Amino acid sequence: MLKKELVCIVCPNGCQVEALIEETPALKVLEVSGCTCDKGIAWVEQEIVNPMRTIASSIVVEQGDFELVSVRTDTAIPLGKIFEVMDIIQHKRVKAPVTIGDRLIENPAGVPCHIIATRNVGVQP
Amino acid sequence: MQVIKRDLVIIGGGPAGLAAAISARKNGLKDILLIERDKILGGILNQCIHDGFGLHTFREALTGPEYAQRYIDEFHKLGIEVMLETIVLSLDNNRQISVSSKEGFVKIQAGAVILSMGCRERTAGAISLPGTRPSGVYTAGAAQNFINLQNKQIGNRVVILGSGDIGLIMARRMTLEGATVAAVFELLPTPSGLARNVQQCLNDYDIPLFLSTSVFELHGTDRLTGVTVASVDETFQMIESTKRFVPCDTLLLSVGLIPENELSLGAGVNLEATTSGATVDDTYMTSVPGIFSCGNVLHVHDLVDHVSEEAALVGQSAVRYVTQKTVRDSASIPIEAKQDVRYVLPQTVSGKTDFTVSLRVTRPMANGVVMIKDKGRKVAGKKIVRLHPAEMIRVKVKAKNIETAEKLEVSVQC
Repeated sequence: MLKKELVCIVCPNGCQVEALIEETPALKVLEVSGCTCDKGIAWVEQEIVNPMRTIASSIVVEQGDFELVSVRTDTAIPLGKIFEVMDIIQHKRVKAPVTIGDRLIENPAGVPCHIIATRNVGVQP
Repeated sequence: MQVIKRDLVIIGGGPAGLAAAISARKNGLKDILLIERDKILGGILNQCIHDGFGLHTFREALTGPEYAQRYIDEFHKLGIEVMLETIVLSLDNNRQISVSSKEGFVKIQAGAVILSMGCRERTAGAISLPGTRPSGVYTAGAAQNFINLQNKQIGNRVVILGSGDIGLIMARRMTLEGATVAAVFELLPTPSGLARNVQQCLNDYDIPLFLSTSVFELHGTDRLTGVTVASVDETFQMIESTKRFVPCDTLLLSVGLIPENELSLGAGVNLEATTSGATVDDTYMTSVPGIFSCGNVLHVHDLVDHVSEEAALVGQSAVRYVTQKTVRDSASIPIEAKQDVRYVLPQTVSGKTDFTVSLRVTRPMANGVVMIKDKGRKVAGKKIVRLHPAEMIRVKVKAKNIETAEKLEVSVQC
């Protein structure tokens, strides 16, 4: 058994959390203390087994009234996959117009998520 | 010269200005003009492409541009007039505004004014950073603008001074964009930003954070070649034996924000030393009748949700001022910051309506109670598990509890 201290990142409260973990036979969270909501407890259980993050970046837009369209993953992805996904985002080019919510990349690096636009970009006047 | 007349003029089209304008319109005011110096509305949210905005307002984690767009869409749907690429040159105490617009110089007479100009960052000069003045030294927000809006890479090996949220967010952003962030240095013994940002922006990427440590010299002639850092003692004096050189080509400064109140000063608005923003009553009217203030120009917020909420209230107050020609509710009850409280806002209240006190504590504390007292009698209180200077605290006060109050004192009891 192992005790692990974490800071919950679900909301700005940033609760300081303690998780009691069993390492064998499989990684398992036995007890969580310090959370002030259910979302937090679910996050801690996930965090111990496989930390997940939403990431934000931007993609170059051709013929847009902005040079870049800001984007994010539409769901949290494994922390360990972030740089693979970033590599695909950095090499992608899209054409204007782009609308918030547009799916710009599907399943980058085989990760079950999509890269969606978070800004409207019009066509260059 | 022709003078345009408007019932309400809002200066600044960021989150505060947008929410104030929308609220004013929804409270029945038709003749509203919003002035924005940028080409687009949304203010600083446009460059804050990370997520985490709107958890209170929309119950979901939006990015800055998404959060802004919800307000921009509503603003346009309500058909509120806006002047973009227009800079306000001056504002006087009779609410006359001079602007430089695309059409040239214009004068505007406003029935009421809402100040929502936001804040700006402290620079290397503002913190008297010693050493040479090479290129490669940016405020974190300027770096964010270059990277997120202008598609410019600004450096490869980065040191960040200050652990404010923007600095932490930029540490992650630059790492994701392929730069190496060597370290974050913080003068204070605790991080200045939110704990969740230390976790998800630094710890996730193994970026070291050195507390009680600061940058004491910049090196390099054309481009930054490195910085000298050292630990500090409890009085923030450098400990000579800890001096070391950290090579880097880029230094980002995340060392605090200053409300942008030049226009307010020109109008004769009283400013508070603790917030660097206007002194306001519980309608958020400043010391000058008919001039209101909200958002980061009033006091620096950590959550945009609170900015929107505050600005909506101010929009409502401004409408009441314009339509009822009320001079001022006799806001005669002062509120003062006492034990472990750095500032409180508003600074005076009428006692006739319920209101919310915003405050910040002076130091990190655990299991405290924020107490609001009138001559020793408790009128409101809030239990808080962790109190931190980086996190604004808001406490609701009921009017019926302060009917007879003469002075309210806000303190923390642990």
